[in-house]
Amino acid sequence: MLRALGRKGLSAFSWLGRSWIFIIYVLLGTFGVIRRWRDLIKQIYSVGVLSFVIIIVSGFFVGMVLGLQGYNTLVDFGAEESLGVVVALSLVRELGPVVSALLFAGRAGSALTAEIGLMKSTEQLSAMEMMAVDPLRRIVAPRFYAGIISMPLLAGIFSMVGVYGGYFVGVGLLGVDDGAFWSQMQSAVDFHEDIMNGIIKSIVFGIVVTWIAVFEGYDTVPTSEGISRATTRTVVTSSLAVLGLDFVLTAIMFK
Amino acid sequence: MALRQEQKTTEPLVSIEGLSFKREQRIIFDRINIEIPRGKITAIMGPSGCGKTTLLRLIGGQLKPQKGTIFVDGLEVSKLSRRELFTLRKRMSLLFQSGALLTDLSVFENVAFPLREHTELPEETIRTLVLMKLEAVGLRGARDLMPSELSGGMARRVALARAVALDPMMIMYDEPFTGQDPISMGVLIRLIKLMNDAMHLTSIVVSHDVQETLSIADYVYILSNGKVVGKGTPESLQSAGSDWVKQFINALPDGPVRFHYPAADLAKDLTTGEPPC
Repeated sequence: MLRALGRKGLSAFSWLGRSWIFIIYVLLGTFGVIRRWRDLIKQIYSVGVLSFVIIIVSGFFVGMVLGLQGYNTLVDFGAEESLGVVVALSLVRELGPVVSALLFAGRAGSALTAEIGLMKSTEQLSAMEMMAVDPLRRIVAPRFYAGIISMPLLAGIFSMVGVYGGYFVGVGLLGVDDGAFWSQMQSAVDFHEDIMNGIIKSIVFGIVVTWIAVFEGYDTVPTSEGISRATTRTVVTSSLAVLGLDFVLTAIMFK
Repeated sequence: MALRQEQKTTEPLVSIEGLSFKREQRIIFDRINIEIPRGKITAIMGPSGCGKTTLLRLIGGQLKPQKGTIFVDGLEVSKLSRRELFTLRKRMSLLFQSGALLTDLSVFENVAFPLREHTELPEETIRTLVLMKLEAVGLRGARDLMPSELSGGMARRVALARAVALDPMMIMYDEPFTGQDPISMGVLIRLIKLMNDAMHLTSIVVSHDVQETLSIADYVYILSNGKVVGKGTPESLQSAGSDWVKQFINALPDGPVRFHYPAADLAKDLTTGEPPC
């Protein structure tokens, strides 16, 4: 029992150590990513643009639910005009960055792990190394930066669509005053306090989720079973990391 | 100067001395010595799992030996820095069993890949070079296909075109004939021989397809259980090898390597009547 615990602990530390060495090598490839910007754009397309639909649809539904729940609670106090504030703050501060990061982990993170894992199992990464091309710089670095760039943009789109979802339910279906919805939102939401903090959160989530995804892909056991395990691990680990980090960041930002 | 040049051309391109390598508890190589002469096709043969592919990865510097030395063109591979190793790798190619083509690039782009990565050649020159390499393997017409649209044999031919794109001094072939139909096999055998002779390459062919490999090899090493158990020209091995080598080369079902997995005496086993545990 003690031995098993020790072995688990050691393997966790070795995972952590490998992932840090990995990311340092990836960061060393930053210059190459700038030089090969076309590659970066291609990756932003497959990581970011292809996650668009799931982000927009989810954002709209989350906004609608917020509108409905917010209205039901606020109407008891006669404060349904504040619905815009409730919807916008919940989205910009919390749900936008967090839910879009969870969706991003499921959609783009798992795809990144599977793609890099498959490249490893079909010896494409080895072949690159033998052609004197560093796969960390050529394959991993552009994907890593694409994730970091895409995540805050997706979170922003999520929040924006969510606000319209709340507007649709609150103003369109439940009869909240149109002007009050927008004007209260404008006066209550602060750019630095709320929006910037939300963006910082989503950048941090972008770094963590993409880091876990590309590392799991690169570190996978190169068999089909290994790839499927790595993909699952990406989604589980990055979701937990996002939720845990969200608490830490919220505690720091909104004292 | 001329003397030094001559000395260099006569010394082996790859020389492996006292190489030992093990994975966890399993010994893959136990103090083996191998020399790969320049300009020749050297075959490394042996049963599955005897470490043939590992040997290629050791020569290519993807793995480091636990003991012994590997020199490639006078450079000790395990002592090279990453930069020096990458410079050396530009002069050697490894042809993987699967071809290992980059799946998101077309045939043309796959062959152009090393040229684009390591040279500043203008697009026109790259196009000419790629088409010439593809012509050499007979796949100029397939340049716009994606790797998923190729058969196994075609993928290996594209990989071969990619491997010679930078005009290397050496190509290592990892099981080039496995899973090929007779026609593809014939094409590959011819291409390996042709490339070696026309481009003055040094070739290392790792394989357990005995007849195909022996038909083109100039020199053969046979590995088993971490040791070199036979070496020589194909002719000398066929006539004067050990019993094990003879069994391997002639694909005999029984010999030093027994047909039966070790077990108790058959009659005794049948009469004891113990139920299987």
